[in-house]
Amino acid sequence: MQGFIQQVLNALQVGSVYALIALGYTMVYGIIRLINFAHGDIFMVSTYVAFFVGTALASYLLGLSGLLLFVLTLIASMFATSLLAVLIERFAYKPLRYAPRVSAVITALGVGLFLENFTLATIGPDPRFLPRFFTVQTYTVGGVAFSNIQMIIIVVSALVMLVLDTVVRRTMVGMAMRAVSWDKFTAPLMGVPVDRIISITFAIGASIAAVGGCLYGMVYTIDPYMGIRIGWWAFISAVVGGIGNIRGAMLGGYILGFVEIFTPVILPASSYRDFVAFSILLMLLIFRPYGILGRPVAQKV
Amino acid sequence: MKERRSVVDNALRPVRALYVAAVRPIQEAYNALPASVRRWTMPAVLLLGFLLSLAAPSLINLYWQQVLIYVGINIILAASLNLINGYMGEFSVGHAGFMAVGAYVASIMTVWVFPRMGLKEAVPYLFPLALTIGGLAAGLTGLVVAIPSFRTRGDYLAIVTLAWNMIVKSVLENLDVVGGPRGFMGMQKLTNLPWVFVWVVVTIYLLRNLIYSNLGRGILSIREDEIASSLVSVDTRRVKIVAFVISSFFAGVAGGLFAHIIQFIDPRTFSILKSTDVLVMVYLGGIGSLGGSILGASIYTILMELLRPLQVWRWVVGPLLLVLLMIFRPRGIMGLREWGFLIPKEERPAFVDALREQVRQKREPAAVPAGASE
Repeated sequence: MQGFIQQVLNALQVGSVYALIALGYTMVYGIIRLINFAHGDIFMVSTYVAFFVGTALASYLLGLSGLLLFVLTLIASMFATSLLAVLIERFAYKPLRYAPRVSAVITALGVGLFLENFTLATIGPDPRFLPRFFTVQTYTVGGVAFSNIQMIIIVVSALVMLVLDTVVRRTMVGMAMRAVSWDKFTAPLMGVPVDRIISITFAIGASIAAVGGCLYGMVYTIDPYMGIRIGWWAFISAVVGGIGNIRGAMLGGYILGFVEIFTPVILPASSYRDFVAFSILLMLLIFRPYGILGRPVAQKV
Repeated sequence: MKERRSVVDNALRPVRALYVAAVRPIQEAYNALPASVRRWTMPAVLLLGFLLSLAAPSLINLYWQQVLIYVGINIILAASLNLINGYMGEFSVGHAGFMAVGAYVASIMTVWVFPRMGLKEAVPYLFPLALTIGGLAAGLTGLVVAIPSFRTRGDYLAIVTLAWNMIVKSVLENLDVVGGPRGFMGMQKLTNLPWVFVWVVVTIYLLRNLIYSNLGRGILSIREDEIASSLVSVDTRRVKIVAFVISSFFAGVAGGLFAHIIQFIDPRTFSILKSTDVLVMVYLGGIGSLGGSILGASIYTILMELLRPLQVWRWVVGPLLLVLLMIFRPRGIMGLREWGFLIPKEERPAFVDALREQVRQKREPAAVPAGASE
């Protein structure tokens, strides 16, 4: 039982990161019906920004407390990543907004590969560590061990998701986003600045991915190709939950977290987890293509 | 949007003018030849090509032979993917998955199955059989993608094909029998230029005949409007199955050829990066055009070879090219157009015949009205 709770905590930790990235996929899909395959690599870039900013701050401003350092790094990473996402949208996706959907999807794939290979060519393939913002403390409650880092990841992710959910449901920007998602031709007639709302969506999606990136970087190493695996898992999360549905993406992220942690427990060969995840995706797409929380779209003839 | 595309078109105008200036006189001279001579051109060109590929070892060095072999393999890959992405209008991004199946099955045939059947010496002669078996295995797995395509289209089918690519890679990594992540080796270097040439010709010939057959019309009608085509009694399920199976068959054959030239395959070779390479070739050459696939595969393969000195930066070029293509010229070089010789005679567009008519009339100057060209 203790082992089980331990694994649940691990699954929540991994699932939080997936959920944060899945939100970016699902928001962009919801608003312009584009699978933004570059999103995983935007996440990767965010961890590199965090790496450089964090390392620089840690070496130049020695006296800073870990928390302040972390917050500054997080803000810098969120800002830089949103800027990147908005630029990508402006220069790569916007010209294709009314082109066949396939063109935009291929462009997104291309942008993702470009970011990966560009990072590889400029920074190199070596794995890197983010500076340690917090000293790791491990607590044991009733035989279940958990660290402060783990708690930070789970709690911060949950907070970010709560804020996002509130923004989308309760603010004017959120209402405008839902309006564009509902009907992008009528929304401008109602005075919604569509271009700006799309940019904002990309910026929000990317900054949430940056939060995920900074949290992820506190535990794992980073490298130019990390965006592929994490990005795909997050993407599957978004599809499992019902792409375009924000609460679906959160649910999907946690589900995939559980798949990742519990697959090695059930199937001893741990490398089967990709196989399991993608098989779930395939089955789901065949039997329930609109995801768990999504609604089927009726096709008009 | 409109202006930007015309900027590219304007930039390409001198190139096109040069091409027309170079090719048009040859075309006209050729079309002036009697039909009895023209009928033998294609067989003669193919024979010449085959003889050249046989003579290649004494004509060009090993490096360029290898490059040409890759060009051929990529032509097969691009043309077979074009059947799905160009002609049927679906969006498959998992072509490397089928390639992997073909590569592994064909390699198992030549390394294990044939030698154990006591046919060790006969392996070079059984190579086409191994390739065909590899292709058939890949074709069978094509059903994995074909069946979901009954229910889902567009984005979601793209995800299915992608998931397929990932699953193949993941399964191969976990199959210790074929080396797992360490890869599979022991293949003889059986792929050579004549074999590649023959397979390219067979692929293009069969795909051409498929596209201009009844079934091929069904494929095109699915691209234009799936619901409308099912209303005019196109059996869309059958058409999709045939298209996916044939496409993956040729991807499998290409995989087999690929395995027997590099003599070492591992799951990472067939990742999504490989699929993206094929996508670039298809969209560079032009969707819905076999000629485009030939052109796209040749240009991209040779370009990547020439860019080899750039090392890591080389891998930045492909994706960038893809993005720029999609923004400025989404139809590629030959989009939806075709070289005349790849169209069956009965299907050739009327303008070819009209051109011939013009040539005939030019020989009688009186037939051309004065000032009509303005």
